[in-house]
Amino acid sequence: MSTADDQTVGMDYLESFPRKFLRVYLPLGLIMVFLLFPFYWMTVATFKPDAEMYDYEKYNPFWIVHPTFEHITKLFFETDYPLWMWNTVIVSVSSTFISLFASVCAAYAIERLRYKGSRYVGLAIFLGYLVPPSILFIPLAAIVFQLGLFDGNLALILTYPTFLIPFCTWLLMGYFRTIPYELEECALIDGATRLQILTKITLPLSLPGVISAGIFAFTLSWNEFIYALTFISSSENKTIPVGAITELVNGDVYHWGALMAAALTGSVPVVILYSFFVEYYVSAMTGAVKE
Amino acid sequence: MAVIAEPVAAEIKRSSLWSRAFESRNFLGAMFMVPAIAILILFLAYPLLLGLWLGMTDTKIGGVGRYIGFANFVSLAKDSVFWLSVFNTIFYTVAASVVKFAIGLYLALLLNERLPFKSMIRAIVLLPFVVPTVLSAIAFWWIYDSQFSIISWVLIKAGLITRYIDFLGDPWNARWSVVVANIWRGVPFVAITLLAGLQTISPSLYEAANLDGATNLQRFRHITLPMLSPIIAVVMTFSVLMTFTDFQLIYTITRGGPINATHLMATLSFQRAITGGNLGEGAAISNAMIPFLVAAILLSFFGLQRSRWQQGGRD
Repeated sequence: MSTADDQTVGMDYLESFPRKFLRVYLPLGLIMVFLLFPFYWMTVATFKPDAEMYDYEKYNPFWIVHPTFEHITKLFFETDYPLWMWNTVIVSVSSTFISLFASVCAAYAIERLRYKGSRYVGLAIFLGYLVPPSILFIPLAAIVFQLGLFDGNLALILTYPTFLIPFCTWLLMGYFRTIPYELEECALIDGATRLQILTKITLPLSLPGVISAGIFAFTLSWNEFIYALTFISSSENKTIPVGAITELVNGDVYHWGALMAAALTGSVPVVILYSFFVEYYVSAMTGAVKE
Repeated sequence: MAVIAEPVAAEIKRSSLWSRAFESRNFLGAMFMVPAIAILILFLAYPLLLGLWLGMTDTKIGGVGRYIGFANFVSLAKDSVFWLSVFNTIFYTVAASVVKFAIGLYLALLLNERLPFKSMIRAIVLLPFVVPTVLSAIAFWWIYDSQFSIISWVLIKAGLITRYIDFLGDPWNARWSVVVANIWRGVPFVAITLLAGLQTISPSLYEAANLDGATNLQRFRHITLPMLSPIIAVVMTFSVLMTFTDFQLIYTITRGGPINATHLMATLSFQRAITGGNLGEGAAISNAMIPFLVAAILLSFFGLQRSRWQQGGRD
């Protein structure tokens, strides 16, 4: 990547700094400000006492004069927020692992066992990736109700894989394709079973792909909203996005401080995870499009 | 000897049948597919069909519906709120997608320059896409607040306006407000995927163009755009698909208001089906989205075909 850049801008030194500033840095800076401002605003509101939050005459809204943890303590000790956080973690982790297991098996079968009709199954799974949750949630609600899963973590753990499996399978198929056949043939000759080949050769070699799929699937399920909103009704079973938007608004009274604290603390875990695995995340996102 | 050999032979035959099954790729393949296929059939394929069926019934929450043919669609055709939601969805999709594409491509080109801290900038740019949409939408909700909007405050201090802007109370203000929030969320996805596409373009093409005396604009028009067009087709199909079926932003920021002015088909179907309890009618609204989605998928399919051809692969 970096070597390619060095070659593309071989005549870069001819450009003066003021010119490059106007052409590249200034527009880039403006776009970054646009992209980052909501986060800044969220953070400011989280630590701002109510007195400053609703008084723009006496206090400059951009700064915090007396930072406070009031909103965060209120959120953690006076609402069900810790439960929502717990539910979100449980649901995201379980649905990610279920999806990874199912996807690894499926992708291996489609790419390497190449059973009769595997091409068509692969295509069908890709089409499944294009079915949006907004047209599935109504019939799914009926099914979830019939199965007696309504208002429980299991409803989400079992339905999130519907958008995770197609994505993970498609991504892993691309990774498995890059592993040379010869390695598997050697193992077959040495008497390894297919399961051994998968766990001892294919999986270790495509570990980056598995991590990418896992990270992306985890953030997708952490962010999921419409299923959680539809299938969960009692406060203690909600996930963070749903709990924040339904429980922290009492009629016309918006607890802006607590809402912002929920938005900030609900985003931080994903952002931390993302910051450790940026490259994997990007490769998952672009890989799914490039294939 | 024959007495002993018989059971042994049977043993061998049985085990070989079993092990032959495990060596058969079709049987093994089917076994490996079981977990994925079971979940996808029960929770994806079946609901898709059930949704089509529900759209033709008068099912209420907690009740059993009966088949009423196309009555839901007939009543929707006379429903001005439904048509308003169709208009809103198309407006929202077109306005947001066009701007997302323009800013996204521009940002991708900027990020493809030689920059200090490039990978860090790229990681930061992607943040709006990583953070849960509902949570960032809450921040936008606060930014658009009618009394405490920071945008209004800045504009007033700058002397550009005299009164606070009613961002979410006026139909057109509200529409543009949610479009901006959607652009904010979607630009990183477009930019980073297009950047990945830009990085696959061979530098030698630019070098050749440089030697032939091509200007910046010519290089962009005759190298970057054609080489990037297959990935643009796919990225924009995904982007259009996500925008068209968007639910979270609208539900968080406006809930479809003021007076249904920002209702998308997805939020309207939620309101009718879950809040209002008319599962059948809500499913009919969802089903009305399918033709648009099929069109987008076909577009994506042909985009993929073209990319293979352009990269020298088989058709």
